[in-house]
Amino acid sequence: MAWVNAIIQGVLTGGLYALFACGLSLLFGVMKVVNLAHGDLAVVAGYVAIGVIAVTHMPVLWSFAVVVPVMAAGGYVLQRTVLQSALDRGVLTTLLVTFGLSVVIENGLLQFFTANTRGIGANLPLVQDSFSIGSQIQIAYLLVVIFAVAVVVLLGLQYFLSSSKYGRLIRASADDKEAVQLSGADYRHVFGIAAAAAFATVALGGIAYGMYSQLNPTTGTDTILLFAFAAVVIGGLGSLWGTLLGGIVLGVAQQIGAQINISDEVLAGYLVFLAVLVLRPQGLTARKARS
Amino acid sequence: MTVAAGGRAGNGRPLLEVRDLVVHHGQLRALEGISVQVFPGEVYAIIGANGAGKSTLLRTIAGLHAPTTGTVAFDGQDVTRLRPERRARQGIVMVPEGRRLFGSLSVEENLRVGATYARPGPWTIERVYELFGWMRERRHQGTAQLSGGEQQTVAIGRALVANPRVLLLDELSLGLAPVVVQRFYAMLPRILETGLTVLLVEQDVSQALRVASRIHCLLEGRTTLEGTPAEVSAGQVEAAYFGLAGAGQGAAGPLAEGGES
Repeated sequence: MAWVNAIIQGVLTGGLYALFACGLSLLFGVMKVVNLAHGDLAVVAGYVAIGVIAVTHMPVLWSFAVVVPVMAAGGYVLQRTVLQSALDRGVLTTLLVTFGLSVVIENGLLQFFTANTRGIGANLPLVQDSFSIGSQIQIAYLLVVIFAVAVVVLLGLQYFLSSSKYGRLIRASADDKEAVQLSGADYRHVFGIAAAAAFATVALGGIAYGMYSQLNPTTGTDTILLFAFAAVVIGGLGSLWGTLLGGIVLGVAQQIGAQINISDEVLAGYLVFLAVLVLRPQGLTARKARS
Repeated sequence: MTVAAGGRAGNGRPLLEVRDLVVHHGQLRALEGISVQVFPGEVYAIIGANGAGKSTLLRTIAGLHAPTTGTVAFDGQDVTRLRPERRARQGIVMVPEGRRLFGSLSVEENLRVGATYARPGPWTIERVYELFGWMRERRHQGTAQLSGGEQQTVAIGRALVANPRVLLLDELSLGLAPVVVQRFYAMLPRILETGLTVLLVEQDVSQALRVASRIHCLLEGRTTLEGTPAEVSAGQVEAAYFGLAGAGQGAAGPLAEGGES
């Protein structure tokens, strides 16, 4: 029964990891930007949520409605300014720029919010309660909700990319920027929209993690970014649903590792990550997805 | 099969006017002061050998290269500083060399991207399907499954649905079977009757002479000949094409060869 429990917990945690990973995958798939600040942006979203809740006293869950659009707008602006000018200088430059961005964000958070950990909505029933199946399996409502949110986000992204005007332009721009321009579209604006979508998802990931666990200024790189990378690589680069599969595989590996020895939880996840890199470097979903 | 119908030089003002265009690729001078006037309704052909600067000229008109000096005016307005997407929305639409279709999009999605910022006009996706019957049945296929000629057709369709005022065709015949190329040029009158102007780059000189109302020969970035197909003799074209003053009679010329792709 303990193993069944580990697998169930692992699958549900996979939803959280998919929220971390899908934005990373989108930015890479469309613009070939490997965003090393991805995790830090999730943490920023979490802190913004904490700030918004503290200042306005709005219900915790409503903070999504503020934070997600704010982060999306921030993503558009960041893409049109810093990231685009880095892209114009070559893909490697984006690696340096996003690494720099990551350092700046972490130190900024340390400066303004100290190294203390903070949670979001720790006293909400949604965050605290769980239900039981049998005597050994206890499932947190929050994890179920996060998993459902992840599925809805992926469905939404898929619909957006495959059926909307901007989704079509995003895929076209990923194929050929020049040909897109000849069709009258400004690919920089299109990339901005893609970044906005990616930042919206990472904002959800950051807030979800703040509720699931706790945030501190370095959570972005030492947890969120690494798990996002692992999920993207396991699932297959540039594949949208691959991030959910990758997240689930990562989550299950971690939970099984923890079952063997509690201190092996994170290690087990990275061993699977390494195994996929060695045995199936294209990831579990070999298709070019994005559709 | 000359389709030189509509407006001729001297008939009102040019729709597209390129003046003293100098374009560099790095250190290399690709164009050395080219001037072109294209009047409404014309089929204007730029001919020349490989590396003559034909594609550079077309790409500069589309806004993909910035000229060192010189201007590009469209419908009396200076568009030299305008970004390519702005020019496309105003009606300068190019079918780029090598087709450049969106590989992860279906045929119909390629057309829909072309129609996203379309000017109002006669061309719709439906009309493209009417013109190229096979496309409707295969509209949900990926473009990689199409033959070269079919891909070129989709590329032309993608440009047409934007309702261009001037259509730039860059090396339409490149890598295509002669039969397929013939079919495209046979189609041209049906495209022109919707009021388009066409500026095309063609290595196949005999093809260009057949369809164009005027030709313009480039050699190493310079203009060597300009005129209507009726005005220029085969010998003149050959000399302008190869840069041989008065030389080159016989069967080895570009006219006999029928292009080199």
